[in-house]
Amino acid sequence: MSTSSVSKGCFVFKPSSKKRRISSQTADYFSEAKNDSEDSGLRFATCQLLWKQINSETEKIQEELNKQLFDNLISFLRQSHSEFQTKKTEWMCRMKSSEIPTAALVLGVNVTDHAMTFKSLSEVLQDNVTPYVVSLQAKECPGIKHLLQKLMGQLMDCSVDVDSSEEDECVNISQKKIHCSMASLSKWYENVTKKTGSETPSKKRTSSSRHWQSPPIVVIFKDMESFTTKVLQDFIVISSQHIHEFPLVLIFGIATSPMIIHRLLPHSVSSLLCIELFQSLSCKEHLATVIDKLLLTTEFPFKLSEKVLQVLINIFLYHDFSVQNFIKGFQLSIVEHFYSQPLSVLCCELLEAKKRVYSLSHNQCENIRSLPSFRRYVESQVSEKQIALLTEDSFLKEVTQELLEDLHIYHENYFPVLRCLHVFTTSLPKYPLGKQIRELHCACLGKRVWETDEYGSAVQLLRMLAKAELVAILQKCVEIFTSSSGKQFSNTVEKLGEFLTRFQNLEVAEANEAQDVCVSSQKELQKKMDLYHLQKTLLELKESKRSKKLTKFEMLRFEVVDFIDSLVRSYLAPAEMQTLNEVVYFHTANTLREHLNAAPRIALHTALNNPYCYLKNQTLKSDVGCISNTAPDICIVYKLHLECGRLINLVDWLEAFSTVVMAVEGTDPDSVATDQVDEIIHARFIRAVSELELLGFIKPSKQKTDHVARLTWGGC
Amino acid sequence: MSQLELKRSKVLEARFVADEDVLKHISDTGGVKVRKDRAQLALNVKRFVKKLENISDDEAQEILEEQNYVAVLGACAEASELAQTPGKNVTFDSSQYPEKPASTPQSSKKYSASNKAQLKSKKNEFVSTTPYRLRKRLTAPSLHSDSESDYSASCSEEEEEEKDHKETSDVILDQKTPSKTRAAPTPASKKIPAKKLKEELMSNLVEEYFEAHSSSKVLTSDRTLQKLQKRKLDQQTLLVLLNKAPPAFTAELKELNQQHESLFSKWMLQLHLGFSIVLYGLGSKRDLLEKFRTSLLQDSVHLVVNGFFPSITVKSILNSITEEVLDHVGTFRSPMDQLDLIMKRFKEDSSLELYLLIHNLDSKMLRGDKSQQILAQLASLPNVHLIASIDHINAPLMWDQAKQSLYNWLWYETTTFSPYLEETSYENSLLVQQSGSLALSSLTHVLQSLTPNARGIFRLLAQYHLENKDNPSYPGLSFQDFYQRCREAFLVNSDLTLRAQLTEFRDHKLIRTKRGTDGVEYLLIPVDNGTLTDFLEKEDEDM
Repeated sequence: MSTSSVSKGCFVFKPSSKKRRISSQTADYFSEAKNDSEDSGLRFATCQLLWKQINSETEKIQEELNKQLFDNLISFLRQSHSEFQTKKTEWMCRMKSSEIPTAALVLGVNVTDHAMTFKSLSEVLQDNVTPYVVSLQAKECPGIKHLLQKLMGQLMDCSVDVDSSEEDECVNISQKKIHCSMASLSKWYENVTKKTGSETPSKKRTSSSRHWQSPPIVVIFKDMESFTTKVLQDFIVISSQHIHEFPLVLIFGIATSPMIIHRLLPHSVSSLLCIELFQSLSCKEHLATVIDKLLLTTEFPFKLSEKVLQVLINIFLYHDFSVQNFIKGFQLSIVEHFYSQPLSVLCCELLEAKKRVYSLSHNQCENIRSLPSFRRYVESQVSEKQIALLTEDSFLKEVTQELLEDLHIYHENYFPVLRCLHVFTTSLPKYPLGKQIRELHCACLGKRVWETDEYGSAVQLLRMLAKAELVAILQKCVEIFTSSSGKQFSNTVEKLGEFLTRFQNLEVAEANEAQDVCVSSQKELQKKMDLYHLQKTLLELKESKRSKKLTKFEMLRFEVVDFIDSLVRSYLAPAEMQTLNEVVYFHTANTLREHLNAAPRIALHTALNNPYCYLKNQTLKSDVGCISNTAPDICIVYKLHLECGRLINLVDWLEAFSTVVMAVEGTDPDSVATDQVDEIIHARFIRAVSELELLGFIKPSKQKTDHVARLTWGGC
Repeated sequence: MSQLELKRSKVLEARFVADEDVLKHISDTGGVKVRKDRAQLALNVKRFVKKLENISDDEAQEILEEQNYVAVLGACAEASELAQTPGKNVTFDSSQYPEKPASTPQSSKKYSASNKAQLKSKKNEFVSTTPYRLRKRLTAPSLHSDSESDYSASCSEEEEEEKDHKETSDVILDQKTPSKTRAAPTPASKKIPAKKLKEELMSNLVEEYFEAHSSSKVLTSDRTLQKLQKRKLDQQTLLVLLNKAPPAFTAELKELNQQHESLFSKWMLQLHLGFSIVLYGLGSKRDLLEKFRTSLLQDSVHLVVNGFFPSITVKSILNSITEEVLDHVGTFRSPMDQLDLIMKRFKEDSSLELYLLIHNLDSKMLRGDKSQQILAQLASLPNVHLIASIDHINAPLMWDQAKQSLYNWLWYETTTFSPYLEETSYENSLLVQQSGSLALSSLTHVLQSLTPNARGIFRLLAQYHLENKDNPSYPGLSFQDFYQRCREAFLVNSDLTLRAQLTEFRDHKLIRTKRGTDGVEYLLIPVDNGTLTDFLEKEDEDM
């Protein structure tokens, strides 16, 4: 069946039911990729498992981070309607002013992350506060009628959950018929609460023990800014009329700033709201936690290389601030890694990986031998071992196990030392090595950090730290090392503890010494003397300070800094230098950038401007700014159009095109009359121009006959 | 003589002029004098005009030399008045260039013989006004003779002596035109030599932008396609002609396609993992997606959407999902309800799977915010797998953050360089003649279902429409007149019946109503005359 037709734009294809595949075999596509790939099934399983773990971890992180916010919100809800529950007159008098309690939730510009927050928010509310939670989106509510319909629909649905099954049907039937109005809503609420109230106490306990007695109706406006003002205003005014009949609470999801409420709602309407502001966690913190928990840990075997991490962070910082997208990029890199790297089968827990090494096939062993990092390793070995490594599979497997263990140990050491260094560098002015740990991580992953200028200046600055600061930092470092799992750090912790005690001992001795120096110099200065002498003594003083022997504190400080430096040098070697790093590190940042942060316009321009990039034909090779006359028609037409102003005369364009094309075909342009453009060339021109129109470079213009308007300026 | 001197300078100026503006300027300043002289010069002018008519004649140059400057000036003024229409202006322009070097002694001296020969041989090409910079570039290699620059320099010097600043700038602007035109005839050599435009381009880009957008006037030539013999081709002939054109770079294109095809199973994998795939890059991606479909999707339910189809709507997409994929009977109040149902069904039944292939997701009909929202929500379903292609340069602007995260795109560059045959084949593209065959068939179909009276009413309107086809200011038939005619033909008995009929026509887009300036309602048939004539002929046959 063909998919082109002049009467239809949609074509459905349904295979006969017996032919239809029953389950999806995603794994098949994984293996279909390359015929030579090995262990694809195992790799796919590992990949899925890893992603599942990571995904649940991210959800846990989000939950933890939102906990504070949700607690605040719940207590606000509790407070706002406590009066209603007790049916005190206080409530009534407050409601006389018809104020609706409202929580304004400022969520930040990372709109993509909001959905998750709202999802967990409504879950939390439904679990703890009230079954009546309604989420509304602007796109569902173009008018007040739709809004009320949605509201009623969702409320009826959730009431069904609580009610016994016999009510089920009648509710469902009435839902369609019910005239959606606030009056019917309040009647419904009365019914529902009466029902639960009239039930026997024991039954009530079981059914709605988690909820309060007269649960409030919570309406969440997910994207407050996109709602039409009229709908919002109408809803608020109408519901404020009915607020004494049922407890209503609004939650506004705000992406910009709380000011938007006042811009959207006139004073007469906003005065009907009793607004309290809540701030969700910032996306930066969220990202920091995600990186901390996912990347800077040995828990997950999969790692990102410096460039990949840089790409993901750049997308986050310069494009969307969306943690969700960061995680998506992370997911993509996992998939890409397992898909493209046959050795990724070893990218799992250390014990499991060691087991898997045994079952590696000969091809996989060859794969290991061709890894650049492994080649480096082989070259550094003695010649007998080299031969053994390159010829004996079993020996290779043994060595591979050792190497994997080494890699694991490297990671175990790397992260605590990285955190320790980060503690040191964050206290420095101007943050030479970056403020965030992710920056430091990137710097360490890529190259030998101790060879960089930034590290040099950081060490310089460290040598000038005050004692109090230094002690605090050292204490933090001790904490980091003791909490880390690495076994090698017991010595380090001891050493750091020793430093700390020496600092304490210093305190007394130093205080005396310092006083001495001060007193003596002060005495000198207090004497009466002429200008010449004063200058002389000051110079002497300065001289003595410069050549002065270092104090004990300074000596100790140097010692500490040197110790840290030695830690950095021994443990923070770049990952790329590690043997077998290709197994766990995902390196191809390019593919990631192409798939996540594509530049379609640049691709189009390159294809049009320099077709040689795609069509490797020597005739297309040409200098910049020159129209190669053998290029595809659309390229020629495009280049000609670049030379025009805002309007392009089609006749001239056609003529120029035919001139260029004729030159290719070797016909002498003189011999052809200008007015008579060859038919085929004309047709080709027409096609190229309509293609450019489809691509959005030009559009027909009515300004002048037979002219088209150019829609772009400059190169592209 | 001093007056003559003055005139000469003006003559000089007038001769460059391609633009009506400057001509007007001359007639403003020097016009008074010229008009006085005109009586005496009438003979000369006539002769000049005669010469203008056969420009291709080589003798024109010599004869023009004999003319005195005043005559030429007069002719200019005259001609500009005579030829206000753009078409004539063009011939007028071209006539001036050959005459110019000959009549100006200083410059003709410098003019090299070879140049002259060149000019003569290619005089008929003078008309061409290829786009600006191309011409500049073409000029650069062959016309590096100093005559060109000398000429313009001397000219501007003269100008500066007598004219104020504004005029000079005028002239300089105009000087550009002839110099460019003269460049055109140089044959495009095998390889057009490159001129390092890039640096210059970058630095001037901003200035150029404002220059081009500063005035509403755009300098382009006034030539129209009407002058060419073959103006518009219809779709059929176009296709036939294109098939004749030899395909280029087949080997390379094949290689490109093979590269893309090797990604198929990766796409499937990623579709299954919850991503959607969007293809971009130059060239039609239709064949590629077709190949993907036929090679991998044969055994699963899939929906192909031709976004470039001119009357595609989101509703039709949703309809084909509900009716054909989900076998749902019933109607929906709004696309939103329909979407809700689809989402519910897909969420309930996890064995249900749908592959959605959309060619040209950025087409005119689908690029709207609402359409994209609905499609994005469809794509966000875990068992709906979307793979789409985009072509427009601004296509990514369709999606905001929220939609992008719903779509969950993975971008793939698939530059194919294959022509957009199918995508541009619908009768909406530029330069292609609207054959109107679709309109005709719809016309007959609608009218066949109507009563004979209604057909008569439409005939009446159509005939009146055709009678007035040559009247450019034809506003349409006013309702009252129409009613009168219909009554006379015993087609209706009250204006209410007529209105009822008209509503029917309007619903089928057979007529359009327009309110005139006097508040009277006019009726129009928005179909082109050829189709209408065909239709009437067919009707006559049937009767």
